Amino acid sequence: MEEEVLRIAGLHVSVDGTEIIKGLDLSISIGEIHVIMGRNGAGKSTLANVIMGHPAYEITSGTIHYRGQPLEELEVFERARAGMFLSFQYPLVIPGVQVGTFLRKSVQAVRGEKAPTAREFRKELKTHMEAMGMERSFLARYVNDGFSGGEKKRLEMLQMLLLTPQLALLDETDSGLDIDALKVVATGINSIAPEAGCLLITHYQRMLEHVKPDYVHVMIDGCIVKTGGAELAGELEERGYEWLETAG
Amino acid sequence: MNWKKEAMNGWKPRGEVMVGDTARDAVGDYQYGFHDPENATIRFDKGLSEQVVRDISELKGEPEWMCELRVKAYKRFVEMPMPTWGNCDILEQIDFDSVIYFLRSSEGTEKDWDDVPEDIKNTFERLGIPEAEQKWLGGVTAQYESEAVYHSIRSDLEEQGVIFLDMDSGLKQHPEIVKKWFGSVVPHSDNKFSALNTAVWSGGSFIYVPKGVHVEMPVQAYFRINAKNMGQFERTLIIADEGSSIQYVEGCTAPTYSTESLHSAVVELIAMDGAKIRYSTVQNWSANVYNLVTKRGIAHKDATIEWVDGNIGSKLTMKYPSVILKGEGSHAEVISVAYAGGSQHQDTGAKVHHLAPNTTSNILSKSISKNGGRSSYRGMIQVSPKAHDCRSKVVCDALLLDPDSQSDTYPTMEVGNSSADLEHEASVSKVSGDQLFYLMSRGHNEAEAMAMIVNGFFEPFTRELPMEYAVELNRLLELEMEGAIG
Ligand SMILES: Nc1ncnc2c1ncn2[C@@H]1O[C@H](COP(=O)(O)OP(=O)(O)OP(=O)(O)O)[C@@H](O)[C@H]1O
Ligand SMILES: [Mg+2]
Repeated sequence: MEEEVLRIAGLHVSVDGTEIIKGLDLSISIGEIHVIMGRNGAGKSTLANVIMGHPAYEITSGTIHYRGQPLEELEVFERARAGMFLSFQYPLVIPGVQVGTFLRKSVQAVRGEKAPTAREFRKELKTHMEAMGMERSFLARYVNDGFSGGEKKRLEMLQMLLLTPQLALLDETDSGLDIDALKVVATGINSIAPEAGCLLITHYQRMLEHVKPDYVHVMIDGCIVKTGGAELAGELEERGYEWLETAG
Repeated sequence: MNWKKEAMNGWKPRGEVMVGDTARDAVGDYQYGFHDPENATIRFDKGLSEQVVRDISELKGEPEWMCELRVKAYKRFVEMPMPTWGNCDILEQIDFDSVIYFLRSSEGTEKDWDDVPEDIKNTFERLGIPEAEQKWLGGVTAQYESEAVYHSIRSDLEEQGVIFLDMDSGLKQHPEIVKKWFGSVVPHSDNKFSALNTAVWSGGSFIYVPKGVHVEMPVQAYFRINAKNMGQFERTLIIADEGSSIQYVEGCTAPTYSTESLHSAVVELIAMDGAKIRYSTVQNWSANVYNLVTKRGIAHKDATIEWVDGNIGSKLTMKYPSVILKGEGSHAEVISVAYAGGSQHQDTGAKVHHLAPNTTSNILSKSISKNGGRSSYRGMIQVSPKAHDCRSKVVCDALLLDPDSQSDTYPTMEVGNSSADLEHEASVSKVSGDQLFYLMSRGHNEAEAMAMIVNGFFEPFTRELPMEYAVELNRLLELEMEGAIG
């Protein structure tokens, strides 16, 4: 039985008066992995940010529902608490805030009453960090401060695993990762996938050797122009996007 | 103590991660806004005159020389003009005639906590003072209004000859030491407020650390203004003899009244050859306190003086901890944070006078302004002509939380020797919308996200504090953020 977590209908989004998403429909159910591919500037990150509630983007028409609830009713932090998670394409530096403190507070905020005790939390943290091949010394560093590209992506993954989302939006989490890290990220996605809907934004097929998508969508100029199965990703890698661009 | 190097290297972590729960028990916006009924045993009328000054001295049974010094200082105070820097508009609002200059609320200074009057004890217990003593302190003084009500020192320190007393007892028991050093670092004629303090001082701490003695656990003083219109004028003198070291921590609060209070302290530090003094302060005044404090230390050969100074609240704070590097190879460290909320002005900074060769100084000043608050950095680095090969680094970072708030810097450098190596960096930043979005996407509401950013910004300061103070400061800032965001 499929349970829909995300439904987007007729979505138009503008930033500073410029339309970026120009009529988009998408439905994601629990247990499904969706992939969005598309050129730089097509509006992929914009879509992810809008779903999460970034205030810079204005929804000019259309709707987004999360588990049947219209998202406009929820503030960003409420969306997170309701089980939505965004892995950022460019994670932000928070100077002076230690990773350990940040993770503990985030887990408390998001998981609320169901948050683990301090001891359980430490255990969970240890398990995930070992699985991801992260040194303990990570915890004492400041959030994303001086992190390499790959380290930032690992931290995003670690957050996803700790926050146990029902909808995970991963914006180019596979970019800039070495082969080992890529596998680690894939393992992370596969571990939450059965109980969550996943939307992966990526430029590369290589991720899809480890994660089996149910749908691949091609986004061009703010619209989904084609949807297919895993084989579409391979085709895109070979042929590029030009053949999908219809005149007009 | 390897603080020197670390402190200026930017964002270096404390090393340990705190995993656990920090308790929360808010008492409104200003956490220490409660007050107790005043049960004064002696209370002076409002206003200041030569007679008031003489009365304070007589009441305390002071030696003649101290009484004369007070009177001389009073006369200077009357003559001297207000400072022309800081915030002249706010300074002009001070009504010296409406201040109560002395208030005694207890018959004496108790050594046993149980003997402290009940209401005063309650106050300090609400502030967490006696528990802290048991856990992590080498000694404690608790001052309520004008005088110390409780005082204790660990017996092992006493056996090593360490003197830790409230200033009044210090003068009684060690008049010769006090006479030698009192006013030697901050003369009464230094500025209008040091003159005022010298005239009406009461309470504060007196510390002498003998040669070669290292006081490992910090000693603490806690100052509390409870009465309306009260002026608190504590006077602290710390002498670390050759090769000794001590860490002193003070905290201050006052309840919220509709009338104003004046806090005008003087602190003098003397670090003899090879000695080290660290003086840490966390002040959290309510928004109607004028906080005008003169803090200065003299560092002799190879000595180190460190000021760790945190200023939250008050209507106007003017405070520039300074160090006179008198001996060759001496070192000064000033690390300060200021938080200015709505209609508050934090005018803080640091001054270092490099008088001897091979002296070094580091200044790190961080400020946050919010809801139209204003923080100013006012600093001075002076290198005398004889002082060759001196190094100084000044870093000022300001964070503005909204467009109505303000930050400005007034650095001054007077360099008389061309071999000096001086650096000055200043930055003003704003909280970015993307940072807030990132934190909020991790389940933190706007106030929590803001508090996290603010606490992170102050972290280079906070990690220098004893853990209890660090936790407390973070909690205060969280409350500040909650109070202002709807
Ligand atoms: N906050 C913003 N302000 C102004 N323009 C924006 C903003 N966010 C996105 N845009 C513009 O919208 C368009 C789509 O950007 P978006 O980041 O969504 O692309 P993308 O598909 O994620 O590209 P990439 O593959 O490079 O990550 C771009 O032209 C970008 O410049
Ligand atoms: Mg993008």
